[in-house]
Amino acid sequence: MSTLTIIGVDGVVFAAWLFLISVGLTLIYGVLRILNIAHGSLYALGAYTGATLLLAYFRHDLWPLGSLAVLPLAALLVGVTAGPLIERGLLQRMYGRDEILQLLTTYALFLILEDVMKLVWGTSPYYAYRPYGLLGQVSLGGVVYPGYSFLLVGIAALTGAALWAFVNRSRFGRLVVAVIHDPEISVAMGVNLPRVYVVTFSLGAALAALGGAYTAPMIAIVPGIGVEVIVVAFAVVVVGGLGSLEGAALGALIVGVVRSAAVHLLPTLELFTIYLVMAGVLLLRPYGLLAGERVRRL
Amino acid sequence: MIRLLVEGDARPATAGWALVAAGIGAALALGWVLPRWLTFVVTQGLAKGLAVMGVVLLMRAGLVSFGQGLYYAGGAYAVGFAARLVGLREATGHAALGVAAGVLLGALVGVVVARYRSIFFAMLTLAFSMVLYGVLIKAYTVTGGSDGMPIPLPTLLGLPVPADRAGAIVYDVTIGCVALAVYVIARYLASPLGFLMRAIRDNEVRVQYLGGSVRRAIYRTYVLAAGLAALGGVLGAFNVGHIDPDLAYWTTSGEFVFVTLIGGLEGVGAPLGGAVAYELVKSYAFKYAPYAWEMVVGIAMLVIIFLFPEGVWVSLARRRRRTSP
Repeated sequence: MSTLTIIGVDGVVFAAWLFLISVGLTLIYGVLRILNIAHGSLYALGAYTGATLLLAYFRHDLWPLGSLAVLPLAALLVGVTAGPLIERGLLQRMYGRDEILQLLTTYALFLILEDVMKLVWGTSPYYAYRPYGLLGQVSLGGVVYPGYSFLLVGIAALTGAALWAFVNRSRFGRLVVAVIHDPEISVAMGVNLPRVYVVTFSLGAALAALGGAYTAPMIAIVPGIGVEVIVVAFAVVVVGGLGSLEGAALGALIVGVVRSAAVHLLPTLELFTIYLVMAGVLLLRPYGLLAGERVRRL
Repeated sequence: MIRLLVEGDARPATAGWALVAAGIGAALALGWVLPRWLTFVVTQGLAKGLAVMGVVLLMRAGLVSFGQGLYYAGGAYAVGFAARLVGLREATGHAALGVAAGVLLGALVGVVVARYRSIFFAMLTLAFSMVLYGVLIKAYTVTGGSDGMPIPLPTLLGLPVPADRAGAIVYDVTIGCVALAVYVIARYLASPLGFLMRAIRDNEVRVQYLGGSVRRAIYRTYVLAAGLAALGGVLGAFNVGHIDPDLAYWTTSGEFVFVTLIGGLEGVGAPLGGAVAYELVKSYAFKYAPYAWEMVVGIAMLVIIFLFPEGVWVSLARRRRRTSP
């Protein structure tokens, strides 16, 4: 198989992962206008919860493939507990305040969550790698890939499609779109704004946790895994345009393919590819590929 | 002196140069009286305080830099490389080299980040510092990887520093550097550039209409902040005697932002005092609650954001001024 195809396949697999970890960030920013630095912590929370559920599942000697269905449960758990708790308890007090204070609030939240996880799960690494090998290996033109990689692509595609349908086709999704365009008029028209905010934030949190849960079998889960994720997710989302779902998909695809090209052609650059892509895009379009110009206040 | 520290006002009439000289003299003498552990903590606090001052200067224009660790580590590693690769031992040479490295790095990165505001600025600075962290970890043949590298005791003006007096001497060097930095910052705050930064926070577009170059003001302040953080990194490297990539990690930059939040945005005393106090508290807290320290910091941050949005120090100073006639 030619290097080009290998780069393509690797790129799509990596892009799927990037999309999963970053789509929640762009959703929350798009509706709440808050950049959630604690997004990485929610990801880590999802990874720890997923690993804990997996370990419990395998202890009971059940059907092994069922473990893959346990992972969305972890995301749901994080979404319905941490989501409302954070939005109602903390973020709702920050709406309309200085953007910097909002940023610092989520940063403080991030610090708190990092230690909460250390206190709950300890500092020694968690391994929940069994699901990774369950799907066997797929040979594609002579190159062997773990089947799990393609599961990741499937989950990312499914998540993206479901999210698109939710926002564009469901009644609640249209309310969300109305709130994005003009929160004040939406309230005047009878939209329950706090409800839209809490549901959106919880959904974003669940998406971050979903990314973490499906990453859990691929890595050693240690404190601090959330930090790199927030930086990478921000880069991906910025490339596509903050607050745009299509932008997150486009950004993930571009970053994923460029990184896999770097891995195969220029390995020394691999570490910087994400930032190089981000810097390059921002130089040409300061607010990302699919975002409109911002209105500046006078 | 009080006004210099609280409000950053460096006019000789108000500061009283004699008082300033006496203050510096007293601070220098303290290094030979205080116990070793305390001079270590104070030196560390002051070194970080320099980086904090850079964050403060940027925040006056409404910009949060989550990446000053980049320059703190840059200054420290400049010392490390100079000692390891070139064999430079002279402290003044190290300091000059470290600051030059920081300024150069800041001048390069600043070209990109000076275009951005609010969250973009914050996240881009964070991304740049994480890039340096990655480089320092990966290039272990030169940097020692995650183990970092030791910093040998330097010479001062050609004279060797005796190991048993090293703590006091590094402390005195730090006091000297901080005094110099405070003077530079005070001049900056009194300059049109310093005033422009406050105007940018109030209304950026109006500043442009009035003929001010917003990008140039932010760029220059960013480079100054980089130089300050690099100087802090150099002093921190001398003090600890060892450097590692964690200096560029987000936790280091996050500490700077946190201390800025405690101190508020006015004056030069608050960032320095805040940083020293922070180091003191941290050295105890680490002993008793190593896994809950960040949580304490996070909760303290939320309390400050909700109760003292202008910073604890400034709020208290205001209250005192209002009550006393």
